[in-house]
Amino acid sequence: MDPFYPLQLLSDWLTYTVFGLSPTSKLGLSVDFFLFDVPKVLILLAVVIFFVAIIRSFFPPEKTRKYLSHSRLYAGNIAAALLGIVTPFCSCSAVPLFIGFVESGVPLGVTFSFLVASPMINEVAIILLFGLFGWKITALYIVSGLFIAITSGIIIGKLGLESWVEEYVYQIRMGEAGELPQQTWPEKFAYARGYVKEIVGKVWPYVVAGIGIGAVMHGYIPNDFLVKYAGPSNPFAVPIAVLIGVPLYSNAAGVIPLVSVLVEKGMAMGTVLAFMMAVVGLSLPEAIILRKVLKPKLIAVYFGVNAVGIIAIGYLFNWVLH
Amino acid sequence: MVIKVLGSGCSNCQKLEALAEKAVAQLGIDAEIIEVKDIPEIMAYGVMSTPALVIDEQLKLAGRVPSLDEVVHILEAAK
Repeated sequence: MDPFYPLQLLSDWLTYTVFGLSPTSKLGLSVDFFLFDVPKVLILLAVVIFFVAIIRSFFPPEKTRKYLSHSRLYAGNIAAALLGIVTPFCSCSAVPLFIGFVESGVPLGVTFSFLVASPMINEVAIILLFGLFGWKITALYIVSGLFIAITSGIIIGKLGLESWVEEYVYQIRMGEAGELPQQTWPEKFAYARGYVKEIVGKVWPYVVAGIGIGAVMHGYIPNDFLVKYAGPSNPFAVPIAVLIGVPLYSNAAGVIPLVSVLVEKGMAMGTVLAFMMAVVGLSLPEAIILRKVLKPKLIAVYFGVNAVGIIAIGYLFNWVLH
Repeated sequence: MVIKVLGSGCSNCQKLEALAEKAVAQLGIDAEIIEVKDIPEIMAYGVMSTPALVIDEQLKLAGRVPSLDEVVHILEAAK
């Protein structure tokens, strides 16, 4: 049974009995959609972020670095992309993380697999995809993200671009951190609760706004309206979606609820996947932060390889799922 | 006691610094709080994820903003 069925009953009851709206009216459809989706998405976010915070406490970046140091091409890239999912990482730590990897002998290409996977396969995006599209699309998203992270890391590794990293990075010597005091379970739970509060507190306005716009479109725009513009037959839809996604960085929480409605109105699934990957994976602020350790040429390669990979995934799925 | 907050000046680092100040006030101990923003210096502590907390040159915490209670415990243990 769908665990959210009681929520559906509640939103139906509020919309059609309490507010007295007609189930066939546009306003009724929009209000019902909004009242169901907002609590559903917020509950999903809170529950999953809590567990993600606990899982992540077992994978500090210092440990990840140890696993990856002196790893080789291919196997190292795969491990780095997978660890990118579970290692907690905020773009403000990108510089020490990058230096730490390079300093301990993690190959450049393997480091990039990590840097691509970490933001792209992010927990908020996964939860929202799962809640709004189901597990198949979520799985597609994760597999595609891993694929892009692994291949772009391999390409950057093969190109041998070590000299495009700022020279001072190679001169920094890291100290030994020693053993950090272990976090106790109560501390882990307290931290996870705080993390839920922080993330949900930050993203809820975007979730509400995204679902609000989605709800209006759900009720008022005819189905298949977007087929002409963003359907599989428009060859430019994928690159345009990626371009639109770049400045929306880190707003996955507002964008994904909206996207579920775009699909309903006829946007092709591959285009949707490419759009979401561009939103979370191609972040300008992260590029600016990485400028401290990478020469502009290498940032361009990083962004370019990533963008090409995302666009290719978009076309591939438009073609396969059609 | 010398307390160092390592970080690039991001919002989480400022939060950790505020927590350290509160904890010091709560315990009524004599401590100097220093912000460390220089990357090579941060790396010298073996830290890869900020914010991080160093007490008397000993790394105590990295990569997250703890609760006030946890900071108080860390400071008490280091006294």
